[in-house]
Amino acid sequence: MGFFTDTSVCIGCKACEVACKEWNAVPEDGIALTGMSYDNTVGLGADTWRHVAFIEQRKPISRQDSGLHHDTDVLAMAADEPSTDFRWLMSSDVCKHCTEAACLDVCPTGSLFRTEFGTVVVQEDICNGCGYCIPACPYGVIDQRDGDGRAWKCTLCYDRLGQGQEPACAKACPTDSIQFGPLDELRERAQNRVEQLQDAGVADARLYGESPDDGVGGDGAFFLLLDEPEVYGLPPDPKVTTRDLPAMWRHVGTAAVTLVGGALAAFAATALGGRK
Amino acid sequence: MSDQEVRPGREALTGVATGRKRRRKRGEQPMVPDAEFTSYYGKPIINGPVWHSPDIPGYLFLGGLAGASSLLGAGAQATGRGTLALAAKTGAFGAISLSLVALVHDLGRPERFLNMLRVFKVTSPMSVGSWLLSAYGPLAGAAAASAVTGKLPRVGAAATVGAAAFGPAVAAYTAALVSDTAVPAWHDGYREMPYLFVGSGASAAGGLGLLAAPERECAPARNLALFGSALEIGALKRMEHRLGMVAEPYHSGKGGKYLRAAEILSAAGVAGAALGRGWVRRLSGAALIAASAATRWGIFHAGLDSAEDPKYTVVPQRQRVTTAAEGNSSG
Ligand code: SF4
Ligand code: SF4
Repeated sequence: MGFFTDTSVCIGCKACEVACKEWNAVPEDGIALTGMSYDNTVGLGADTWRHVAFIEQRKPISRQDSGLHHDTDVLAMAADEPSTDFRWLMSSDVCKHCTEAACLDVCPTGSLFRTEFGTVVVQEDICNGCGYCIPACPYGVIDQRDGDGRAWKCTLCYDRLGQGQEPACAKACPTDSIQFGPLDELRERAQNRVEQLQDAGVADARLYGESPDDGVGGDGAFFLLLDEPEVYGLPPDPKVTTRDLPAMWRHVGTAAVTLVGGALAAFAATALGGRK
Repeated sequence: MSDQEVRPGREALTGVATGRKRRRKRGEQPMVPDAEFTSYYGKPIINGPVWHSPDIPGYLFLGGLAGASSLLGAGAQATGRGTLALAAKTGAFGAISLSLVALVHDLGRPERFLNMLRVFKVTSPMSVGSWLLSAYGPLAGAAAASAVTGKLPRVGAAATVGAAAFGPAVAAYTAALVSDTAVPAWHDGYREMPYLFVGSGASAAGGLGLLAAPERECAPARNLALFGSALEIGALKRMEHRLGMVAEPYHSGKGGKYLRAAEILSAAGVAGAALGRGWVRRLSGAALIAASAATRWGIFHAGLDSAEDPKYTVVPQRQRVTTAAEGNSSG
């Protein structure tokens, strides 16, 4: 099970942020105006499990026929307005519930585990607060809670799934920008949607994180974006570090042997060269 | 991200390389001109390590010092260099105990270390390390206790050999610990990091020997220090060269400062160790230990800086995507 977030219909209402906080009793994490458009939560963290990004861009959105208002000529109405080379992108970000999850791999206590729904969850009673999962996540999702020391992130509403309910954010989303369901079904729906947008002239529409062949084996939460991922604060080509771990252990082994060799040589040299 | 105090100017724009404070180093040219990239208000992509200094860099340094000292101690015991053996064994135990204190301090509570031993996971270098420390620590302790008290010499000798068997792994695994993260300056350096770490450990252990042992016993310590310093510097240079733009935090900012200090200290230490006698030798031993510590602090801070600036995450990944796309379209 997972999320498909279609950012093309996101209206930036932040209902998901609020619903997530409410349902999961996530503590308040500072109320401040950042001046980053309407984004006052800045990014995902221990106390922000859903984050709506607002991007103000000097790029005109492609002309589309909305298919609505066929009796009034909206284009003629709009033509009277001076054109603005400006658009807003909004996107609700969340833990990706990676198929190969770096956070889960590196956790030394087994606190992070994969649920029967294929999602990734932290067990707060086991988490040690070692903080290893935090820099391991290639998406910058999981984080340490101040004054608590333990790691927290989106659980994809594990408790709600268990009751056959959809996650709070998806339930609250008024535009169905956040869709919840079995991944295969979501991928198909996403594919149709991206084709539909591209046919309508939105050439920049693309899917992000949907492919099981990517660096993390595919995301359990993937997105339809209207620009490059880094514009939204997402990494363009994330890779789970564990894929390089066998090579890392090999180098560690060789280095350890090198050290032994160096120490042996250090003593051997004194025997050969006499005591200097 | 809960630090709400970050407030870019009201005019912050996205879709353009936003004005992250360009940390331009004085008088030094960047290796590669700043690549154009876009970011979300210049905010970091990954959540950087929440580890603190001095706990974690200290932990890395002390682990290296301990592991390599155990080798030196075993060698000194085998070749009948009593004072050197005593210094190396007590040094190893002291260092590993302190490193455990540093780790527990960063975790917050001692039980949390024990909690790490609930499971064993090869995919987690921290889990492997915890088990390694639980095997190594008592051996190093027994070796040191026997060396100090002179009691149970057989047990002491066996423990010395045991500690020397685990020592190299203790000195090396921390390289996998930092590299197995999404922190660009750490992860991308995973090929050289282990050599850098064991080299740094060897020069610290050699430094300790030079500092504590009498002249007639310190030849192997001197050799180990020279070997370690050469390995450490060689690995660092190679890593910086291979990483290109991602290596910038290794010569700018806080990380760069520590690494420059490490270079100077290590050059002075090596020269003093090779030529000096008496107090010059002892002083250069201390300089080598300090150099090793400065190296770890430098690596630590460079990692934090590389996590903080989205450029180091985005630009290499973007290049990877572009290269892959070109490969696909041409092939
Ligand atoms: S996005 Fe990060 S926190 Fe979420 S499952 Fe993947 S690695 Fe873990
Ligand atoms: S902080 Fe908690 S969840 Fe994260 S790796 Fe450490 S023990 Fe596991």
